[in-house]
Amino acid sequence: MTAAARAERLVNLVLCLLSSRQYLPAERIRWTVPGYADAPSDEAFFRMFERDKAELRELGVPLETGRIPGFEAGDGYRIARRDYELPDIDLEPDEAAAVALAARLWDSPQLSGAANGALLKLRAAGVEVDTEPSVVVQPRVRATEPALTPLISAVQQGQVVTFWHRRHPAEQPAARILEPWGVVSWRGRWYVVGHDRDREATRCFRVSRIVGPVRAVGASGAVQRPPGVDLLQIVAGSAEPPPAAHTARLWLAHGRAYGLRRRATVLRTMTVQDVPGDVVTVELPGYDVAVRWIAGLGPDALVLEPTELATAVRARLLAAAGSAG
Amino acid sequence: MEGVAHRLPRLLALVPYLLVRPGVLIEEVAADFSVTVAQLRRDLELLWMCGLPGYGPGDLIDLSFEGDTVTVTFDAGMRRPLRLSGAEATALVVALRALAEIPGVLDAGSVRRALAKIEAAAGQADGVVVGLATREEAALATVRDALDRRRAMHLRYYTPARDTVSERTVDPMRLLLVEGRSYLEAWCRSVEDVRLFRLDRIEHVSTLDEPAVPPPQARPTDVSGGLFRAQPDQQVAVLTLAPDARWVAEYYPVEELIEGEGGAATVRMRYAETEWMVRLVLGLGADVVVQTPAELAVAVAQRARAAIRRSDHLERSETG
Repeated sequence: MTAAARAERLVNLVLCLLSSRQYLPAERIRWTVPGYADAPSDEAFFRMFERDKAELRELGVPLETGRIPGFEAGDGYRIARRDYELPDIDLEPDEAAAVALAARLWDSPQLSGAANGALLKLRAAGVEVDTEPSVVVQPRVRATEPALTPLISAVQQGQVVTFWHRRHPAEQPAARILEPWGVVSWRGRWYVVGHDRDREATRCFRVSRIVGPVRAVGASGAVQRPPGVDLLQIVAGSAEPPPAAHTARLWLAHGRAYGLRRRATVLRTMTVQDVPGDVVTVELPGYDVAVRWIAGLGPDALVLEPTELATAVRARLLAAAGSAG
Repeated sequence: MEGVAHRLPRLLALVPYLLVRPGVLIEEVAADFSVTVAQLRRDLELLWMCGLPGYGPGDLIDLSFEGDTVTVTFDAGMRRPLRLSGAEATALVVALRALAEIPGVLDAGSVRRALAKIEAAAGQADGVVVGLATREEAALATVRDALDRRRAMHLRYYTPARDTVSERTVDPMRLLLVEGRSYLEAWCRSVEDVRLFRLDRIEHVSTLDEPAVPPPQARPTDVSGGLFRAQPDQQVAVLTLAPDARWVAEYYPVEELIEGEGGAATVRMRYAETEWMVRLVLGLGADVVVQTPAELAVAVAQRARAAIRRSDHLERSETG
């Protein structure tokens, strides 16, 4: 059986089931639709037919199963035209341009594949969608975390999930049981939001910090998202507040340390070790970041004030000076 | 050979597609379906063999070819495309909702009307939300204006890799919203290449009174797979990060992460500028150990000692 012959059989099966109002028994399909009669045995036919049904359902073909009145030999099959066919849709050129741009949003094989599949069907419905819309703004969203697919599927099935998650890169992963309400992309990162069963509270988890597989547990439909929940708001609201800014007085070598100079106000010039430079005040975002930035610049940036910052930078430099021997 | 899962959706969409476009050029159909003309002809030949029970001449899908065009003369009941699958509806509806929420990208009215029509035809998609809003960026309004009016721009731009600021004249091409940030894609006249400028690193921007004319060789950047592209001429460092420095592996692209003792991780990282890598490692102090290259470890230690010497000097000059 070649792939082409199977494709042909599947197209014929769809046409046959679409054209019938009644449920057709499998035996009738076997002797009607070209390709099945080649099956050497009953068993071979049913294997083929099962695979074909699964393939069609995978594609979203609404294959119905129903009892045939007065027929003892089991169920029959049909495809209801109203469930199969895409309803009428008519997009104005500006709306079609929006759809084309939307389809190009995803940077992920699965999501962009699905979006392109949708475009194909819209074109087949008569909508003209430009493949290369000329736009001056192009948003792109990456979605490559392996945990994302099982999470989206669990959300859509309403299933509880379990996974291991690192709250912070510096911490060890912990086990979580979550009733997932949705996945959210915010500022370039994906989060899963829901009700944490152990903490008995609403929580969101950065998807890239999930370690190992996501497991869906329990029945479908077990998770109900409370009405009126704004997922994006939960994620945006759970972002850690920016650490308190620190003001420092530094010496910066001339022509160096532009990353700090961007935030600095120059007070006067001063020469250290015969190197000309500037005395500046600068607002730094948080103590740890300040220490790292200043230490990273080595001899190009020195702390004048406060003393604790100078001590912390020096400790870091001593560690770096010693480590390479 | 292409799998059925790929080919069948196309086969099911082809007849309805052709029905609404009688006499369409075969080449155009192939382009719309992203296949070669040869593949499209094989698809049409296959469909020609399909039809309704009976499978006689009047039951099979019938196509008429005229020159390089094709027309469906009998559709065998395949008049409309299949409904969107759940995944297809999600991919499109979530993306449209995201576009509707960002100001100034498209006419918000067009996006909302398109969204309403797609939802009516394909159903709602719950459970996936994309927020595209980026942080406030001072340069945004000027950049948008220059793009809309197709004007060249002058930038004062901070480059963290070299920790310097440079002046450039650029021909704007696009605004990219990627990974939560906005980037101006432009032809840079000084390096004579396409560059991405992160908006929050633009120190100063002005629109010039001359048109933006990116040369023909200015191709849009392929940002699929992320903004950071591994280049063959880049150097590679192997770093062991203590738990407090593991954020590095999350913040910067790393090629390999091996878990170590006590929550440490060893990563391979590519970098273009040695100076940048020295700054990163030096700033992390005892939380990072350079495994290779040895020159990097030496450079870090030298910079650290030079900094200590200079700060000693500073103390003397301040007190003395």
